[in-house]
Amino acid sequence: MAKVSASVYTSHIPAIGAALDLGKTGEPYWQPVFGGYQRSKEWMASHLPDVVVLVYNDHANAFSLDLIPTFAIGMGERFMPTDEGWGPRPVPQVVGHPELAAHIAQSVIQDDFDLTIVNRMDVDHGLTVPLSLMFGQPAAWPCRVIPFAVNVVLYPVPSGRRCWNLGRAIRKAIALYDEPLTVQVWGTGGMSHQLQGPRAGLINREFDQAFLDRLIADPEGLAQMPHIDYVREAGSEGIELVMWLIARGAMSDRPPRVAHRFYHVPASNTAVGHLILENSE
Amino acid sequence: MALDKPYKDIPGTTIFDAEQSRLGYHLNQFCTSLMKPENRMRFKADERRYLDEWPMSEEQKQAVLARDLNRCIELGGNIYFLAKLGATDGRSFQYMAASMTGMTQEQYAQMMLAGGRPPQGNRTVGERRKGESGG
Repeated sequence: MAKVSASVYTSHIPAIGAALDLGKTGEPYWQPVFGGYQRSKEWMASHLPDVVVLVYNDHANAFSLDLIPTFAIGMGERFMPTDEGWGPRPVPQVVGHPELAAHIAQSVIQDDFDLTIVNRMDVDHGLTVPLSLMFGQPAAWPCRVIPFAVNVVLYPVPSGRRCWNLGRAIRKAIALYDEPLTVQVWGTGGMSHQLQGPRAGLINREFDQAFLDRLIADPEGLAQMPHIDYVREAGSEGIELVMWLIARGAMSDRPPRVAHRFYHVPASNTAVGHLILENSE
Repeated sequence: MALDKPYKDIPGTTIFDAEQSRLGYHLNQFCTSLMKPENRMRFKADERRYLDEWPMSEEQKQAVLARDLNRCIELGGNIYFLAKLGATDGRSFQYMAASMTGMTQEQYAQMMLAGGRPPQGNRTVGERRKGESGG
């Protein structure tokens, strides 16, 4: 049987990808950010999964306003980095796991979550920046990745409660998969940030730290928080944090082991937050 | 009966909801078209002519020509779509964000380095007014 071994949570700020791609990681501005992920890469070296289910949002790249799925699972063989307007990131293609993706879709849709199945799409910084932060700059990504896109661009976005329950459904699906795969579920985006309007630049450290605390210790309670609290307290783009509840919902009911926790302000317009939680055996 | 939209009282913020996306459909699809290098070239060569190929309102076209991102958002634009316009101009997300705040690039970057814009006084329109009258 497959099992979820751990979950990873991280911001997916595009400027982090640009800093990596342009060789700026050692600059004083960026050093604290990449320093915070050094331990993550060390941890990953001894905790490499077979598959990552990577929960992220597309930023008007794969999905224009022609079609806006709330939840979309990538069932393709491979996914290419997209050209977001600055040219595609020079990172490896993403190799999917169509068999497990099909299994998850089959199970989760029957648990009342209406997933859109995507066989062909390109992936943007929301997916590739977390891979770069956790794996560095290899010639090929060291494991399979199932892209799981959530609409958090067009309101209303799914509620925290729905995301939490979706994580539960994904956990159940993975536990029912026959092959003994080790799977990690990642939740990405956030933390507090606002990219638009005169309120752009909003950062709320207290909110972010409390969110990290509750994500570890009281995720089901945290999942009850309404949208308006995210938007008011963490900025219009801080709503991305609901995606972290999908990854957390995929974890065991037993308290997790906190393998790493990191927080830093700023990276460009955004607060960087990061957690690694391991399931206790 | 009108739907409850509690986010309407957040200062300096336009939530891109279904209604805004309806207003901004063509504006945002114009932005999406700029993901293709050949379209970026055509747009740069004659912005007005390229815009006239899109069934956008005159107000939307003027806002794009002026690179007035706040106005674009008011007219249904969304920042992730508008980012394609910024990319066409060679601008970063931070440049675009700063341009909407009335601050210079330098002032905005300094604010971020100092911990960002605080939530205090920025949660609701009423809170801001109270903050101002309280001095």
